[in-house]
Amino acid sequence: MSIVHENLRYTQTHEWVRREADGSVTMGLTDYAQHQMGEIVMVDNSGMGRDVRRGEPIGALEAVKTAEDFYAPVDGKVTAVNTQLEADPGLVNSDCYGAGWLARIAPASPAQYDELLTAEQYRKLAGE
Amino acid sequence: MDKKTPLFDRHVALGARIEPFAGYLMPIQYSSVINEHLAVRRNAGIFDLSHMGEFRVKGPQAQSFLDMLLTNNVDVEPGKAFYSTMCYPDAGIVDDLIVYRISREEFLMVVNAANLEKDWAWVTSHAKGFDFRLTNESDEIALIAVQGPKAQAIASKFTETDLEVIPYYAHVSGKVAGVDALIARTGYTGEDGFEFYVAAGDAATVWDAVMADAPNSGIVPIGLGARDTLRLEVGYVLYGNDIDHTTTPLEAKLGWVVKLASGKDFIGREVLARQKEEGLGRNLVGLAVEGKGIIRHGTEVFSGDTRVGIVTSGTLAPALGTAVGLGYVSKAYAKTGTSLEAVIRGNRIPITIVKIPFYTKGSRR
Repeated sequence: MSIVHENLRYTQTHEWVRREADGSVTMGLTDYAQHQMGEIVMVDNSGMGRDVRRGEPIGALEAVKTAEDFYAPVDGKVTAVNTQLEADPGLVNSDCYGAGWLARIAPASPAQYDELLTAEQYRKLAGE
Repeated sequence: MDKKTPLFDRHVALGARIEPFAGYLMPIQYSSVINEHLAVRRNAGIFDLSHMGEFRVKGPQAQSFLDMLLTNNVDVEPGKAFYSTMCYPDAGIVDDLIVYRISREEFLMVVNAANLEKDWAWVTSHAKGFDFRLTNESDEIALIAVQGPKAQAIASKFTETDLEVIPYYAHVSGKVAGVDALIARTGYTGEDGFEFYVAAGDAATVWDAVMADAPNSGIVPIGLGARDTLRLEVGYVLYGNDIDHTTTPLEAKLGWVVKLASGKDFIGREVLARQKEEGLGRNLVGLAVEGKGIIRHGTEVFSGDTRVGIVTSGTLAPALGTAVGLGYVSKAYAKTGTSLEAVIRGNRIPITIVKIPFYTKGSRR
């Protein structure tokens, strides 16, 4: 049984998204997805400063056996990436909703956040 | 409907992640691929490999039959084993396998689970005219491997057989945890270790005995995830990834199991002899990633603007901490030390052709 937080929003591609007080959104990989991937050994987080469209890959996670892109949950600009993952990619496994966050985006429009999956919808998607 | 090995319930109880592989529900990992991998490099691990296929070849012409079918020399002493490829007439590989010679007239072929049906059809289609009996015992035989530098010390607790005197690629009949077993010093990890072939109904007895002692021995169960990283770190090829019907054993650097000089006739010989004479267009090489990134099956390899090869297996090598892989590269670029580039998600990453094995400190005898 993986952890799904009520106060977050989610994507079809297994990212969680949180709206911050300043209107930016922080994103990361869900507990379900980190568990499916296994140990993350490398994070390609080169999207810093890029203008991105919803659904566009903004980085990638490398596990021992697989690699998966992660995607912008909303249109906007990448304003921060988690540089700690360079040295410690395993944070995505050990603390996916906290220190293992992936990127922060300044959304082009606030409306897209509200279109993201709710915790309940995501739980169904993850089959839990 | 995927099959279960006799140890399926054990894997579930251990909390393994189970996925279908080659028609079986197999444990992919129990705790973590990296931890399992390092446990085998440093201590020992136990593997359920009961999905592997076993064909018994028995009778007066068993040897001449295998001689025709396999590229390697099959005339080894009883009690010895050998690795071989089995080719199509065009020298493409049907499968790679280990063969145990039980007696003058009896051999046990151990084939890849993914190729089981194809192999059986291939082998039986060539059996006509030979005086021997062929039986598919894949469902009756279970295979448990104990691998790692401590494998002998641990396995010795469960058998009266003197394991020390069994050389690499040799085997004896004996008892393990009280049940009949073919005890072989073989494996796919680069470490010392044993493979126990037992009746399917006895598999749990062996597994439970070894696992009951795990708090003392430190042995841990190993899933197919770490099995793959272990074999890749020592450069062993995997059928379906690195070799298949479109590659020949010579291209795959398996020339040491192709006995062209011996004069023996075998399926694929003509094409292999020609390939040897004319030279290869490409061959399998070891690849080390110099930049950041992990090469994977299908990653393209370039020299400048020229595409010169493709990666067939790649991973982070847990015991080395770097990314490595196997791949086919055009002959002109295949020399050790050559600098090339791999394309990972659109980016050019520097890679170098290196010697195989990548990991050289294994305990294999």
